[in-house]
Amino acid sequence: MSEQAVADAPEQPPPVRARRHLLDNERFLAFGAMTPAVVYILALVGFPFVLAVVLAFSDVTVGDPSLDLVGFDTLRQVVADPVFWQSLRNTLVFTLVSNGLVVVLATALALILTKNFRGKWLVRFLVLLPWTTPVSLATITWLWTLDSIFSPIDWVLRQVGLIESNVIWLGHPKLALASVIVVHTWRIVPLAAVIIMAGMISIPGEIRDASDIDGARFWRRTLEIEIPLMAPIIGVAVLFGVILTVTDMTVVYVLTRGGPTNATQVLSSWAYFKGIEGGDLAQGAGTALFLLPVLIAVAALILRFARRRDVL
Amino acid sequence: MTVLDADRRSADRRRVWGRVALYVCAIGAALAAAFPFLWSTITMFKQDQDLYTKDNNPFWFNEPPTFEHVSYLFTNTEFLTFVRNTVVVGLAVVAITLVVSLPAAYSLARLVGRWGERMGIAIFLVYLIPPTLLFIPMSRVVSALGLHESLWSLILVYPTITIPISVWLLMGFFKGIPRDIEEQAMVDGYSRAGAVVRTVIPLVFPGMVAVTVFAFTLAAHEFIYALSFVSATSEKTISIGVPTALVRGDVFFWQSLQAAAVIVAVPIALVFNLFLDRFISGFTMGAVKG
Repeated sequence: MSEQAVADAPEQPPPVRARRHLLDNERFLAFGAMTPAVVYILALVGFPFVLAVVLAFSDVTVGDPSLDLVGFDTLRQVVADPVFWQSLRNTLVFTLVSNGLVVVLATALALILTKNFRGKWLVRFLVLLPWTTPVSLATITWLWTLDSIFSPIDWVLRQVGLIESNVIWLGHPKLALASVIVVHTWRIVPLAAVIIMAGMISIPGEIRDASDIDGARFWRRTLEIEIPLMAPIIGVAVLFGVILTVTDMTVVYVLTRGGPTNATQVLSSWAYFKGIEGGDLAQGAGTALFLLPVLIAVAALILRFARRRDVL
Repeated sequence: MTVLDADRRSADRRRVWGRVALYVCAIGAALAAAFPFLWSTITMFKQDQDLYTKDNNPFWFNEPPTFEHVSYLFTNTEFLTFVRNTVVVGLAVVAITLVVSLPAAYSLARLVGRWGERMGIAIFLVYLIPPTLLFIPMSRVVSALGLHESLWSLILVYPTITIPISVWLLMGFFKGIPRDIEEQAMVDGYSRAGAVVRTVIPLVFPGMVAVTVFAFTLAAHEFIYALSFVSATSEKTISIGVPTALVRGDVFFWQSLQAAAVIVAVPIALVFNLFLDRFISGFTMGAVKG
């Protein structure tokens, strides 16, 4: 082998001769190149993840940081609190209702944005705003839109004569719930639409063109050809939406702080108030752990959809 | 003949109505999405007296517009500190993300074969583990490392969010580059690593730009880690600084708050609008089996 190399050397001098063996070894390169990413993820996702589970079975607080394992005691305390159940129910309601709306609205938006029309860039820019703006700032614009006295929505309703004084959107439990759902839907629709548009590219253009030439009417074409083809990618988009809603605390934190009286509390905000503001790390971690089954189910579903359509 | 004409006319009419419906839907969608921002944009230029008069038309200036509250944001609040912190964290996170993700994405796309696919899925699953599940143990890790109350905590932790999604995006871009190119360079006498650096990396540059925009935005968006790790105003990012530090007690500086939201929202959305098509093709290219 060395003889061969020497024989070849005068004709094709390798630029970096000494390190050639190692840098040409595929296996070494592959694993070497992945090491930083794997180490980063193991150290800062894998380890904290294990720690999250361990904390949930301990009694660690900020005041008493020694790690004593207490079995199921902490989790038992977590579920004994009625606010926990309220948070769990709110999390499910927010997620299901807003993502139900996301399916319809994002599909419609994707269909609109794949057509050609004048001023499309402006429409695209405006439509992207809710998704690209940091969630907390986007929610602040809603906090002002839903203001208890100066809400422009109230002003319009007053002008039309539907209400006399103010609605106080964030002050009533039911209206506050509805407000949080609207904000979630509003901010997730653009992202879901973008994912759906990405998936639509893989639908062969001929199918769409062919149905154009056939003169198939708009609704028939949309409902019978385009949407069935898009179904798996719509599924993926919604599952992303579900993850974003299930795990989000920003909207609730900025808009209502979980109020009025925990009416809009969700698991993640409750975990934050218990774990960070209340200093009970064990109970906070235990509360957040209840998100895990949802996440595992969603991950499994995404992989199934993705396999079927090769979209991921 | 006349039957054909009638057919054509009705087809034309359908097309016209189709266009009208399309424009109505597009404008409706744009207004629904942008409504709170439009309201914020009007608000930020309003005088107090105009804004806080309940029966004034909220959508128009009943008193002359003023820049007072916008300049208050820049001169009398920590807004610029938050912007600077966000930029520092964002750039550092982008650098770490690129350095770690580029080699990983390349080897997943090209070198590892069947294992590559499995590792790709594993990395994707990591993306689905949210900060919500990790922020409490992570706050222990951060204080154990002595990074509490410091931007370094965010610089260290945010790549856990950006690396998985970036590896995924870049994998798509690498798969879009024909193998022949680097094989040609290897025939020319470069090692595999040399061939990649010289031929593939320049071609994947658009992917790196996409990852830069994506990672920077994710870092600017992040809320729960920042809220848990940092409480000193001087170390806050925009995402937590504006909603927590610009509200003093029960007093809301509404015009300045809305100005902050609009000033941050518009540039990010513009950049995303420029790169949207690239993101869309990047996500799809990840699907092309290598």
